[in-house]
Amino acid sequence: MRGFPVWPVEAGHYAGEMDALFIGLVIVTVLTAGFVCFLLIFFAARYRAGHDADRSHTIEKTWRWEVGWTTASLLIFVGLAVWGADLYLRLYRPPKNAVQIFVVGKQWMWKAQHPGGQREINELHVPAGRAIRLVMASQDTIHSFYVPALRVKQDVVPGRYESMWFQADRPGRYHLFCAEYCGTDHARMGGWLTVMAPRAFAGWLRDRGGQQSLAAQGEQLFHAFGCSGCHGPGGTVRAPDLNGVYGGPVALQDGRVVSADERYVRDSILMPKSEVAAGYDPVMPSFAGQVGEDDLAKLVAYVQSLGRKGAG
Amino acid sequence: MHGSPPNYLTARTTIRSWLFSTDHKRIALLYFASITFFFLIGGLAAVLIRLELVTPAADLVLPDTYNRLFTMHGVIMVWFFLVPSIPTTLGNFVLPLMLAARDLAFPRLNLASWYFYIAGGALTVLALLLGGVDTGWTFYEPYASAFSNGYVTLAVLGIFLSGFSSILTGLNFIVTTHKLRAPGMTWYRLPLFVWSLYSTSVILVLATPVLAMTLLMLVAERVLGIGIFDPALGGDPLLWQHMFWFYSHPAVYIMVLPAIGIVSELVPAFARKQIFGYKFVAWASVAIAAIGFLVWGHHMFVAGQSLYASLVFSFLSYLVAVPSAIKVFNWVATLHKGWIRFDAPMLYAFGFIGLFTIGGLTGLFLAALAIDVHVTDTYFVVAHFHYIMVGGSVSAFFGGLHYWWPKITGRLYPEGWARAAAILMFFGFNLTFFPQFVLGWLGMPRRYDAYPPEFQIWHVLSSAGASTLAVAYAMPLFYFFWSLVWGARAPANPWGATGLEWLTGSPPPARNFERTPIVVRGPYDYVEGQPRPQAENV
Repeated sequence: MRGFPVWPVEAGHYAGEMDALFIGLVIVTVLTAGFVCFLLIFFAARYRAGHDADRSHTIEKTWRWEVGWTTASLLIFVGLAVWGADLYLRLYRPPKNAVQIFVVGKQWMWKAQHPGGQREINELHVPAGRAIRLVMASQDTIHSFYVPALRVKQDVVPGRYESMWFQADRPGRYHLFCAEYCGTDHARMGGWLTVMAPRAFAGWLRDRGGQQSLAAQGEQLFHAFGCSGCHGPGGTVRAPDLNGVYGGPVALQDGRVVSADERYVRDSILMPKSEVAAGYDPVMPSFAGQVGEDDLAKLVAYVQSLGRKGAG
Repeated sequence: MHGSPPNYLTARTTIRSWLFSTDHKRIALLYFASITFFFLIGGLAAVLIRLELVTPAADLVLPDTYNRLFTMHGVIMVWFFLVPSIPTTLGNFVLPLMLAARDLAFPRLNLASWYFYIAGGALTVLALLLGGVDTGWTFYEPYASAFSNGYVTLAVLGIFLSGFSSILTGLNFIVTTHKLRAPGMTWYRLPLFVWSLYSTSVILVLATPVLAMTLLMLVAERVLGIGIFDPALGGDPLLWQHMFWFYSHPAVYIMVLPAIGIVSELVPAFARKQIFGYKFVAWASVAIAAIGFLVWGHHMFVAGQSLYASLVFSFLSYLVAVPSAIKVFNWVATLHKGWIRFDAPMLYAFGFIGLFTIGGLTGLFLAALAIDVHVTDTYFVVAHFHYIMVGGSVSAFFGGLHYWWPKITGRLYPEGWARAAAILMFFGFNLTFFPQFVLGWLGMPRRYDAYPPEFQIWHVLSSAGASTLAVAYAMPLFYFFWSLVWGARAPANPWGATGLEWLTGSPPPARNFERTPIVVRGPYDYVEGQPRPQAENV
């Protein structure tokens, strides 16, 4: 046994602000529960049967008290709700310049792919002081990516991308758990988040390097799966050119306009008929069952790189 | 028993007269025996879980066995103990007596509800005996359809069947409360236990059918391969969560509203004083039942639900805490200038108020969006709902059981032992579950059979508390049985309480009242600590 830990280690991000909110809630709890317990014990002792106490003038106008404590509870509760929601809203929206890492959860491991093509399993190395955005998918059932030291958690629901972001400030090794029950080895699905000083991280990437970048691997798949036959230059079928598409709005045939984010690219590969770009025929076949989550991540990274090319 | 006029226990004595009885009092006893059986099974699973968690390594049972243990613990405790516990036993027994009704409105439906419950329980136990279920009590999708290798279909059909027991009981209580009140028993003269049973019944009738549909969809997907929740079949896993929690969050109030009702009986009865703010306590039950239907999304803040949905659900979750706070303040205010007695039921009521307050306040942590991101799916949640359901509901159940035990059995239980058990239960409970708040805040996820060594000390404390709790739960089992044979005979009104149920014999005659009481005043009328019964013509 290792002592009596009462406070989770903290690796930066919003952990400090979270802890402040937590302390605020603890104070409300201790004051309220303490007040209730104090009154319970005080009244129980003072007004016990057989004890001579002044029992004249019992309170008759109860509604004043009712209105009083109802209003007080309501105000405190609304205040706490707003505090918690404000922090959540900031947690929810990643900054623009975040480094994007693809994560795939499967029974019972976490696999990560860095933009440079580096891969790891049940480990995730990130630089300190940089915003990291995880784009996550599950290959089987629901998993949940949880790093207590960052106070962040996100369920990964199969069939779609989920994303979360964080910025770790303190180098160190922190627990990575799966927080959504996923079967036999749920308790063993996890490992470590390693936060490194930027220079050390650059070295780590180099040592792990040698592969092609994720986008370059995606480009090879783009040809291997035959995507380039239509979407590439000189394609025989009329299909949208993907240069500059990513990140912008896409007008659909049914009149809607969607944002070309990773969800849109993923869905367009797996369910091409669901959101057809305006002006094109729904002729693309589905690649569901042919492209695994790892390869999907590479294709998405490739289309992302085209987007930047077009925009730049 | 010789010489005294027959009561509902002695009127007929054959096995048949019990198994086919339509007397609400006898059916309540059938339910008592059954839920005690299920409580023991669920408790046994808890014991094994706590034993496994004493050490960080998974060394007592295999991981698959552990997963089956916590699933069994949850399924049995939620659907076969907590949901039916208070309504079908104490509610079934006391509700008609409180209204001075001859029986519930539909006595045969009441009996049918017990058979549905037993049939459902038998199927679920069969699933456990055949090899168990490894999904967790929440049956999350697509795991339950596509990845579980347990007897999911069988267990789910068992829960489906037991749902009819809930619906029939709820229906019976609603109609009884509307139609079978004694003359003079206006709505604002109803005991608060009736108000809370009524609110509970509304949830039982409205929410349980949703669970039934949801479970059938699960079976359709698992057995027939119809894609509803599994994305591989074109389904949506979040649809399961929405539908499941649309029932299961209100189900939390099914489990705790009756307990709140019992405490609202115990506090004035042992403070010997009119309850403070009767109408506010009564309507708070209705408000909890109503708002309770609108907060299910707070189980899904990190599940991928929309940001705006989360904001609304968080706000509504804070709102539903207000009526609970109102109840606590009113109970405390009732004690002011009372003539307080500390019999065992009141000790349970005190324990309930403390634990329910902590359980409720920690709910505020979980309703705070940012904090929920960190503590959801950790032991913090486990601790929170055990404070409400075990610290709250089970404490109140024991409080009510001690309070009405003389009425039910005609015998007095040994007061000293009962007080000792109540106190031991309180300390054992806190030792078991308070460390789990710390564990959750530290980041210990739920449903882990193995864990990092730095969490061990808190798990050891929790397991030590669980053994204390086990002893405390075993004590009433012994002294209640003891009292059936050796306990002193109970008078009609051993506590000097005011409700109608205390105006008839202990135990009551088969037809409840020899003469129908005419109700002349509210339920908790005490003058200088002296009770004034609700009716005077009996």
